[in-house]
Order: sequence, then C-alpha cells, then structure tokens
Amino acid sequence: MGQTFAIIFGSIFISNIVLAQFLGICPFLGVSKDLKSAVGMGFSVMFVMILSSSITWLVHEFLLVRFELEYLKTIAFILTIAALVQLLEMFLKKNIPSLYKSMGVYLPLITTNCTILGIALVNIQNGYGFFNTVVNAFANSAGFLLAMVLMAGIRVRLEEAELPESMQGLPIVFFVASSMALAFVGFTGMI
Amino acid sequence: MSLFGELRKGIIAENPLFVQVLGTCPSLAVTTSVENALGMGAAFSAVLICSNLCISLLRKYVPGDIRIPVYIVVIASFVTLVEMIMNAFSPALYSALGIFIPLIVVNCIILGRAEAFAGKNKPLPSIMDGIGMGIGYTFAILLISTIREILGSGSFMGVQLFGANFQPILVMILPAGAFITMGFLFAAFAFLKNRKARVKKSEVI
Repeated sequence: MGQTFAIIFGSIFISNIVLAQFLGICPFLGVSKDLKSAVGMGFSVMFVMILSSSITWLVHEFLLVRFELEYLKTIAFILTIAALVQLLEMFLKKNIPSLYKSMGVYLPLITTNCTILGIALVNIQNGYGFFNTVVNAFANSAGFLLAMVLMAGIRVRLEEAELPESMQGLPIVFFVASSMALAFVGFTGMI
Repeated sequence: MSLFGELRKGIIAENPLFVQVLGTCPSLAVTTSVENALGMGAAFSAVLICSNLCISLLRKYVPGDIRIPVYIVVIASFVTLVEMIMNAFSPALYSALGIFIPLIVVNCIILGRAEAFAGKNKPLPSIMDGIGMGIGYTFAILLISTIREILGSGSFMGVQLFGANFQPILVMILPAGAFITMGFLFAAFAFLKNRKARVKKSEVI
C-alpha cells in the first residue's frame, strides 16, 4: 500500500512525466493551445497508456522472459503499441462512435508519442508487478493531463498578452514550462 | 539537388531541432553534460543513417499501405543494435542516457526523414541526407549542453573551467534550466529571422 501511494504521488508531482522526465514534450507544445484539445489529448493518452502498459507487461512476462528474448524488448513493445492503437481505433469507430469522435484525432499521434513506450519500458526497468504497472501508468498519465491542462490554461491568457516580437509562439511556451518545472521542484522531498 | 546540398540543408536551413522543432524530448533530457549530448548525437546519427539507407534500398518493395510499420521495424532493429553496442563498449554512457536510447525509435525526426526523404530517393542521397540531419541535430544538442554544462556545473566535457570559488547555477542542470535554455535559443533564432526579414523588406522599399 505504501509503495502504491509513493508511486501515485511521485509520478504525478515529484517526477512529473513532462516537467521532470521530459517525455511527451511534442504534444505538450503542440496540442496545448486551448483547454478542450488539451483535455482530449490528456484523456486519450491516459486510456492508451493504461491499456498498453498492461499489455506490454504481459508480453514481457509471458513471451519475452519465458523464451529469453528480453533483448527484443524495444521492437516487441513498439509493435505491440502500434497494433494496439490501430485496433483501438477500429474498435472505437465501429462500436463507440461518440468516444471515437472526441478521441479519434489524437489516436494516430499517440503511437509515436514517447510517453507510451517510455512508461512501458520504465515499468519493466523498475521491476513492477502487474498491479503497480497499472497504477504507475495511471499516475503518469494523470501527471501528463495535469501538465497539459495547466499549460493550456496559461496559454489561453498568453494570447492576450503583449509580447516582444521574438518571444511570440514557442519561446514563451518554453519560458512558461520552465517556471512550471521550477514550481514542481518544490514537491521534491515530500516522500 | 546536389549530394553536397542534401548534406548541407540538414545543418542550418532545415535543422531538425531549431527549424523543424522535432525531437525535443531527448534534446532536453540528455543535455545536462556535453559528453551525454555527444553520445546521444552519435547514437542518433548512426540509427538515422542506417535506417535511411535501408529504407531507401527497400523503397520499391514496400507496399504503400504498410510502409509505416515496416519503417518502424527497420528503425527499431537499428536502435536495438546501437543499444547493445553501447551497453557493451560504454556502459557508463549507456546508463547515463538510460531510457532515451530505446526511445530513439519514436523520435519523430527519424520516421519523418524515412517518410519524407528516404522512401522516395536513391540510396546515396538518402545517406547524405542522414549525415546532414545527424550533424544538424548533434550540433543543436551540443549547443544546448554546452550552455547548460558551463553555467550549471562550471565545466566543459568534465574539465573544470573556473577556479574553486565558482558557484555554479544549479538550476541550469535541473529540468527548469533545460526549458529556459531552449526558450532563449528559440527566441534568439526568431530574433535573427525577424531581423533578416526586416532588412529584406527595407531593401525592397
């Protein structure tokens, strides 16, 4: 129980997936222009991450370890994730069109999103069991959602600010991210 | 375009990091020291050049519908190779770069070059394109890591530059320092671009 709580708190705040581990910077910069798409992206990542982390854990445990093929981890995981996202897209399109409508545009982007493969690999690296793998995937994606929502909220206000010409667009987003990262350093040492 | 032109465009005009804004994750994460950045640049360039060559050789045999999975398998194989070689010959660097070595697979620059260039061009131009993009990316992360290492630990390639009394700015090697360095660099590039545009405009008038 203690470890589970440490994983949840640690992954959301202390080593936030975007602001401390530098995974998923591309959607953090690209899809954070307004709140609605940030939330959509955040929940899509959460959904895919929990699903793919559990499946890659099973693949690793029952295929790769069993047949001593651990060195094929990278190839096996990326193929599993790509196939999973493709299947998910087809399944949602056919059976749950309303969810597909809100998630569909983000799904193809998620395959080449380093958060998904990164967390799948971290779970194996840290030697988590199945339960902690799911918990870790949930906590990290919640951290991603939090960072996206914070950034989108700030960016909406930035649009009305008068910025120097050279600061407009990406540079100011990096400065905002920097101050956010600095604020999150404050959580260090809480566990 | 000439072969040399293919090589040169990746370095400045189409620099993968500063112009195309691709591959930002590793460039923020591994730039705490110049050594790490060099290792990452070398691993990245090796994968890019090999995958460009391989994909360019296969371009006539891969059906269009399944080209992306094929590209991913090719890239992932080379990444696994590089990962094993690095683990065998330089374990310190391997553990310093950690998870960002396998994550080269999902680096958008490599898949982007495969899709935009190597899948449509002959092997030799593809290799040149890979070398150019590799140099451009390595140059970009070297720039970031030089700034961060000098300010954050007062050293370059592990050699102390200033005397014992130098107080390093610790925040520069923390995540916040990575973001702020990128911010300043992007702002500087935007400033140069804007100034160039203004000069051009005033010449026209």
